[in-house]
Amino acid sequence: MSDLAICAWQKLELGTAITSPGNAAELRTGDWKTLRPETDREKCIKCGLCSVYCPEFCISENEEGYYPADLFYCKGCGICANECPKQAISMIMD
Amino acid sequence: MWEIRLHGRGGQGAVTSAELLARAAIATGKFAQAFPSFGPERRGAPVQAFVRVDDKRILKREKIYEPDVVMVLDPTLLDVVNVAEGLKPEGIVVVNSSKSNQELKEKHKWPNVAAVNATRIAVDILSVPITNTTMIGALLKASGILRAEDMEEVILDRFGSKLGPKNFNALSKAFEVTSLN
Amino acid sequence: MTKAIGLEVSLAIAEAVKQANVDIVAAYPITPQTHIVEELSVYVANGELDAEYVPVESEHTAMSACVGSSAAGARTYTATAAQGLALMHEILYIASGMRLPIVMTVANRALSAPISIWNDHGDIMSERDIGWVQIFAENGQEAYDLTIAAFKIAEDHRVLLPVCVNVDGFILTHMIEPVLFIDQKKIDAFLPPFKPAMTLNPDKPVTMGPVGVPEVYMESRKQCEEAIMGSRQVVAEVFSQWGQSFGRDYKLIETNGQPRAKVLFVTMGSQGETTMTAVQDLSESGESVGQVRIRLWRPFPREEFLEAIAGAEELIVIDRALSPGVYNGPVAQEIKALLYEQPQKPKIHNVIAGLGGRDVTVKDFKKMYEMSRKNELDPNYTIWGVRSDA
Repeated sequence: MSDLAICAWQKLELGTAITSPGNAAELRTGDWKTLRPETDREKCIKCGLCSVYCPEFCISENEEGYYPADLFYCKGCGICANECPKQAISMIMD
Repeated sequence: MWEIRLHGRGGQGAVTSAELLARAAIATGKFAQAFPSFGPERRGAPVQAFVRVDDKRILKREKIYEPDVVMVLDPTLLDVVNVAEGLKPEGIVVVNSSKSNQELKEKHKWPNVAAVNATRIAVDILSVPITNTTMIGALLKASGILRAEDMEEVILDRFGSKLGPKNFNALSKAFEVTSLN
Repeated sequence: MTKAIGLEVSLAIAEAVKQANVDIVAAYPITPQTHIVEELSVYVANGELDAEYVPVESEHTAMSACVGSSAAGARTYTATAAQGLALMHEILYIASGMRLPIVMTVANRALSAPISIWNDHGDIMSERDIGWVQIFAENGQEAYDLTIAAFKIAEDHRVLLPVCVNVDGFILTHMIEPVLFIDQKKIDAFLPPFKPAMTLNPDKPVTMGPVGVPEVYMESRKQCEEAIMGSRQVVAEVFSQWGQSFGRDYKLIETNGQPRAKVLFVTMGSQGETTMTAVQDLSESGESVGQVRIRLWRPFPREEFLEAIAGAEELIVIDRALSPGVYNGPVAQEIKALLYEQPQKPKIHNVIAGLGGRDVTVKDFKKMYEMSRKNELDPNYTIWGVRSDA
């Protein structure tokens, strides 16, 4: 819930609707991880499976064709490392 | 106010009769109500329908317990239901029967009777033994609530150009041949 | 608006919905509401009504579809009764919480078990707290008029709440009686096209019905509470406009019989007319008796009700529903709570009458009056006419 909603009842939007679309993107979900993924570029074959499995949808292809995680959102769950067919991703202390 | 109770069997059109009477009365500028005895109806089971007609607004929403007129579509109901239950002392029983007014009056101790062989008329004119429109003719003749011609428009509207005129003819025939007592 | 025509009240309601030019009807047929939605589906099928008819597989889905269509900005209608209303239950709160001006006819019917298709107010009384504006019609003309007026109330930007019009099942829905229809042009002038305050629109995205965390939920409820409280004024305004436009004046609380009578019947719905006949007969035989009819049930018109009963010594409050385990029917509970803070309190007799389609007659009302005078009614509540061995 956005801070905007912490307001007097008169200021709430009609039916408590949220009128600023996509404001969930402002929420930093990656602020409590202990491990973060790191890709070994020697092993990575750029298959993109890590991005498919990422439950946060925070892994996307960059200009070089690799798949780094956006650490603003990454919770360090390690699913990408587990699913990587080449064991190219390792989870290291943040 | 006229309070009329209609007795028929499920499928014989008592509810339609009630509706047609009320609609015709309203079309002449009167106030009227028509309603069935609410609920699921089995074909052939005894059913009731109710009509009220008045010159002023009707402020009453209950079944009719003390009718001025009772109309019976099916003569076999007389052995099954006390159709005259609650009938007012000067009330009228309008009944589909081949018997005479006098005979019925004596047998059932009804105050006033208007009998008509509606089944005969319906079979002759409509080719089916459905008497609901025919019986309206007898009811109007016996009570004078409306004129027979007041029914024409709603009957044509309800039954269309093919069956409508036949139904109105059957009604008119019953109006013509029925007499009270 | 020339001459009254005789037709079944359900068909008059369907006509009203058609004339209100709805965009969506989403409904599941249930006795005794069926004729209304059947007729509407015919209008849609033959092109008389340019709307979408959504045939759904349950009332839960009917109300869900209504929520979606109203949120998208469509003028939306549905109708139901009894178990169907109960099946809608959780979505009814969503419609009001999201401030969606849906209009619904409730063809009031008893709740099972045992299975009853007949009239009482048990269905709507189980939904008293849904946050909808709730209106009761007494006859076919009112059912027609109030259905059209309901859209204007619901869509007023000071309200933006769903409205249900209660119509007694069978007693009204299946009654053939005279109704005056209003000319379409006059209705269009009275009820302009729906201007939603917020819609689901890809060009201007909004999230409707989000999570309300504890920090927000209470403010959200308060917003709805203010809206329904404020709707009382709007209902009164719309009724008054109706009177000016079409000559039939409606009030939140209606009265009948002698002003300032000692004994007043309090009724809701179609029983009001039968009571009028009893009140008239009793008045003619010299009794000081009158009648108060509650037209607007939610929000409850407190001031208007107090004004209507001022000076009365006794109230005979008729409830067409049982509220099991609390000694009084819902209407009597409401009135007793209301009177607690009043310096002058009339004595209250609560009569639960007409459950599950049991006929309540002019004679019954007269007998209630007689028993109240002799103090023979139970001081808590009397379940009227129930057979007993005791």
